[in-house]
Amino acid sequence: MTLIRLAWSHFRIGAMNELQYRVNFFVQVFQSLLALATGLVGLALVFSYTPELGGWSPPELLAVMGVFIFMGGLIRTTIQPNMERLMGDIQEGTLDYALTKPADSQALVSVREVRIWQTVDMAMGLIVIFIALIQLNTQLGLAAALATVVALLMGGLMIYSFWLIITTGAFWIIRMEHVLELFQGVYQAGRWPVTIYPDWLRTTLTFLVPVAFAVTIPAEALTARLTPETLLFAALFTLALMLLARWVWKTGLRHYSGASA
Amino acid sequence: MKPMIDMYLGTVKISILQQFQYRVANYFYMIGMVAEPVIYLVVWSTVANAQGGSVGGYTAQGFAAYYIVWTLVRNMNIVLTPYAWESRIRRGQLSAELLRPTHPVHLDIGYFAGWKFVVIVMWLPIAAVLTLAFRPMISPTPVEIAGFAVAIWGGFFVRFFLQWALGLLSFWITRVSAIFELYFTIELLFSGRLVPLSLMPEWAQQIAALLPFKWAFQFPIETLIGRLSTEEILFGLGMQALWTAIGIAIVSIVWRTALRRYSAVGN
Repeated sequence: MTLIRLAWSHFRIGAMNELQYRVNFFVQVFQSLLALATGLVGLALVFSYTPELGGWSPPELLAVMGVFIFMGGLIRTTIQPNMERLMGDIQEGTLDYALTKPADSQALVSVREVRIWQTVDMAMGLIVIFIALIQLNTQLGLAAALATVVALLMGGLMIYSFWLIITTGAFWIIRMEHVLELFQGVYQAGRWPVTIYPDWLRTTLTFLVPVAFAVTIPAEALTARLTPETLLFAALFTLALMLLARWVWKTGLRHYSGASA
Repeated sequence: MKPMIDMYLGTVKISILQQFQYRVANYFYMIGMVAEPVIYLVVWSTVANAQGGSVGGYTAQGFAAYYIVWTLVRNMNIVLTPYAWESRIRRGQLSAELLRPTHPVHLDIGYFAGWKFVVIVMWLPIAAVLTLAFRPMISPTPVEIAGFAVAIWGGFFVRFFLQWALGLLSFWITRVSAIFELYFTIELLFSGRLVPLSLMPEWAQQIAALLPFKWAFQFPIETLIGRLSTEEILFGLGMQALWTAIGIAIVSIVWRTALRRYSAVGN
């Protein structure tokens, strides 16, 4: 309960802060539209040569792209800014200020930052998903809709856990900011269903960097491909990854010796 | 002339030493960059195989060759980001650079050119891994190898001067990111970075012919993978020279006006 109150007040402060710069909203809309246009050009080019890609039809791949954009927006709204700040705090020793507060340290470092203009991408992702569903011309049943939401939630949690584990590495290796570049590059793979990649790459994208869980599985739920077994497996993997992240965080903290206090 | 050459050699040397120090960081950066062409490669190989072996003149092995060479050309294409100007101007770093007796562009050229030597060495293992994974079809002739060796540097200079000129916009406009992103999107589509231009519709190829981007990107790739005749290679090198000259002209004209607008406290 305190966690939710904590997150909410940080969200409010972050939002008020960014609402001062309204032009940034239009800049963000423009840039999101550019990214969307590029994605659509890619899809159009592929489908000008072939009617389907690895068993996915054009509207189905549009749904994948919608989930990809939505999840990317979610990452940039909350997960990435928090982890970037954590990285900076560890480097500069200012993490002391967070650690001395009477709240769970992991929870606190995970909710301190929010970039609300990035929610534009989340909205745009939802619109793309919506258009894809209309083109698919099938009724999305309640169960499928629910499965999609659950899959998205778990995908978000997995990406968060993954980020936290990597960021915690900064307790041992100071310079971690290039990991960010690495992740952004690898995340792009989610633009297409991971089933089209060769085995070694698919395994990497599933277990090493959970792009498959974050994008492909929710998209599978949307396009009636998801089996209950996969969803259950995803749930177990989410739990395992969260526990691992928790453990790595605790171990990392023991290695932290502040710089200021 | 001699002091100028000395300055270049010095800058290149410093840059090589500096970048080699951060080799792990450089590797993360380069591996992150490899993800992009691998994605394109997998998608287009899938399409080629579904279409009975080839699409737009490329087989799966052809795409592998294109996108593996892509990774080196992309790395050679990394130049000063136009976003750098925002902080140079806002924080007054430029003031210090202006005190030097040479144009600041020289220092940037030397720095990025030096970095390229580190990048090329570090790229070789990445290329080896990609070659084992994707089996490209590539057998360049000596002429093509020589042309490629020149063309990657030609591409570097084309992109370097155009982006340097683009960055100078920051002297007039404070919110530059929308313009820069638009520029980068056009570049992505018309340079051959997203797909070989021969896969694009005819009208798009005609637009690309009028723009500089493909000379910096697709032209070096096609040179090495054997898609161009000797005449075409020479013509392409000529186009690179032309666009480099245009870039230098824009930089020298705009720089003078830009400087007159600059006022910052030094540091």
